[in-house]
Amino acid sequence: MMLNTLGAMVRKDLQLFFSDRRAVIMSFLVPIAIASFFGSIFSGPGNNTEPAKIDVAVIDHDATAISRGIVAGLQGDRNLRVATPGEDEARAAVKRGKTSVAVIIPGGFGDAAGRAFFGDGDKPQLDIVYDPSHSVEFAMVRGILTEYVMQAVSREMFGGAQGRQYVERMLPQIQSSSAMNEGQKRLLVNLLQSVQGFYNSASDTASQPRGLTMPYAVREEAMTSGENVAYNGYAHSFAGMGIQFLLFAAANLGVEMLLERQRGMWKRLRSAPVSRTALLAGKTLSGTIIALMTLFVSFAFAMIVFKVRIAGSLVGFLAVSIACCAMAATFGLLVAALGKTPASARGVTTLAVLMMVMLGGAWVPTFIFPAWLQQLTLVVPARWAVDGLDAMTWRGIGISGAVVPTIVLMAFAAAFWTIAVSRFRWEEV
Amino acid sequence: MLTVKNLRKTFGSLVAVNDVSFRVESGQLVGLLGPNGAGKTTTVSMLTGLITPDRGEVLVGGARLGGDTDPAKRRIGLVPQDLALYDELSARDNLRFFGALYGLSGAALDSAIAASLALVELADRARDRVKTYSGGMKRRLNLAAGLLHDPDILVLDEPTVGVDPQSRNAIFDNLETLKRRGKALLYTTHYMEEAERLADRLVVIDHGSVIADDTVAGLTGGVAAAGGAPATLESVFLSLTGRSLRD
Repeated sequence: MMLNTLGAMVRKDLQLFFSDRRAVIMSFLVPIAIASFFGSIFSGPGNNTEPAKIDVAVIDHDATAISRGIVAGLQGDRNLRVATPGEDEARAAVKRGKTSVAVIIPGGFGDAAGRAFFGDGDKPQLDIVYDPSHSVEFAMVRGILTEYVMQAVSREMFGGAQGRQYVERMLPQIQSSSAMNEGQKRLLVNLLQSVQGFYNSASDTASQPRGLTMPYAVREEAMTSGENVAYNGYAHSFAGMGIQFLLFAAANLGVEMLLERQRGMWKRLRSAPVSRTALLAGKTLSGTIIALMTLFVSFAFAMIVFKVRIAGSLVGFLAVSIACCAMAATFGLLVAALGKTPASARGVTTLAVLMMVMLGGAWVPTFIFPAWLQQLTLVVPARWAVDGLDAMTWRGIGISGAVVPTIVLMAFAAAFWTIAVSRFRWEEV
Repeated sequence: MLTVKNLRKTFGSLVAVNDVSFRVESGQLVGLLGPNGAGKTTTVSMLTGLITPDRGEVLVGGARLGGDTDPAKRRIGLVPQDLALYDELSARDNLRFFGALYGLSGAALDSAIAASLALVELADRARDRVKTYSGGMKRRLNLAAGLLHDPDILVLDEPTVGVDPQSRNAIFDNLETLKRRGKALLYTTHYMEEAERLADRLVVIDHGSVIADDTVAGLTGGVAAAGGAPATLESVFLSLTGRSLRD
């Protein structure tokens, strides 16, 4: 009897789902379209696409070898698109959001930086004007700038005319200085004389500029499912957007249940000799099946068109998917249990779903969140769903990577179910 | 067939139904009348298991109606006031679903669907989606859904609201057919002419209590006629329940 009822409820809900062809197409196409869009943005540099460049303006008021070296270094960096406008124009561009960062090299910078390089004199100030809404780009530019400033200053100090003049000027000053003891003077003079000797020999033997360079090279290895397997950002975007639309569809299921109540349908259902468990289980089962179909269609599209692969475990992928869809379906029940009216439930659940998917890392990586918020994402089911699907697709982790997300998602489903059953309005007048 | 004994239901401090008792025999149609808010719907909800009474009992064929899954519920059919149908499904698919809730399947279900659709004269539209039906057709299908599992008792909550005279007449014919087949029918309505035409007995309820339980003739005969003219059911109803508005 119970199975017969469950079967009837699932069949009816599937019939209703497929009865509106336009809605069916939309429920399959919209997540695919949005996931494709996000995937194309976040696919990373392995796709034969030019990486996005940060717009930087550099204003060189110094016009020395050092400042010119800094500008040249920035211009040569593959992550930056450097313009050299006037200062007012650069500030206006940052203010309008056209340029993320403007670097202003003041007059006298090169000379002061050279002195500061050997610890003599105050460090000169480099002005950076940035768009506060582009703080991530600002942090990147600051790091890149450090490299080129050190390169340019050290190159000039160790091999340039400015450095030679500086050393020649410094030697007699040190020897007559009363600020250092004899031991310190000797050591510093030895250093500068060694540098001077280096200049003299270098001018004969080498034409290449010298200076401090990065004392290491980087071998970059993206940790994907395997060696030489490029990161496929579509896998993550289809997981994230898939979860988002599952939750929206589930919320809609809950709203539909509230509408059914308004239409008196639950009077008919409750008057039949069917248990409350069977009624809610039927809804959960049909919601889970519809959610699974939506998720699988999305991933099938991603596999065919964007070459997304289940590089981990197929069983794990199925387990995470089922757990994820059960969680979404019970979330729909929760909406039906706690919602007062369809309209109010729709508004609240839209907000709840958007918060969940955002905190779940479906839109942006969670590392940009404050630490406390990153901890909070542990209680967001969408985060576990995305993590589990990522693990089974592009990360290529085996079945072990599916265990914890599956258990956590099923725990969420159990919690949602329990709350829904206890809070469901059973009495119909 | 249906015995209601001392039903009581309160919602907070509101006493919706208080000590309501009546009977409906097989082959009999009992009209349940009362102004808005009198307690009719609450009574019907208790009879059909939608809400649990605080006190009292409902007996179906002598057996007390129990919880959600009590097989006795199979002997009751509900025709709710709302059109409780899935517009996007065909009449046949609607009935297939409702029949399954009562344990019908296979050939028995097909046969029940055919019989109920034939009774309400919708057999030729069985495969059409309900959203293409007129209001009267939906009302008839609503009735068919209630009697699909061949219940002994049919509870009809204002089943003719918003239908044209032709459909209403067809529904009346259906109910008279069911009565002849020995079904016990409980019928709530605001239309006095419907009660006069169909009901063998009338139970008038107001402020949650039964204030009259008699045949139409018994009720009209017991009230003094104004100016020598015979009393109508409406005048009796108004004299029993008063003329103040019950919004």
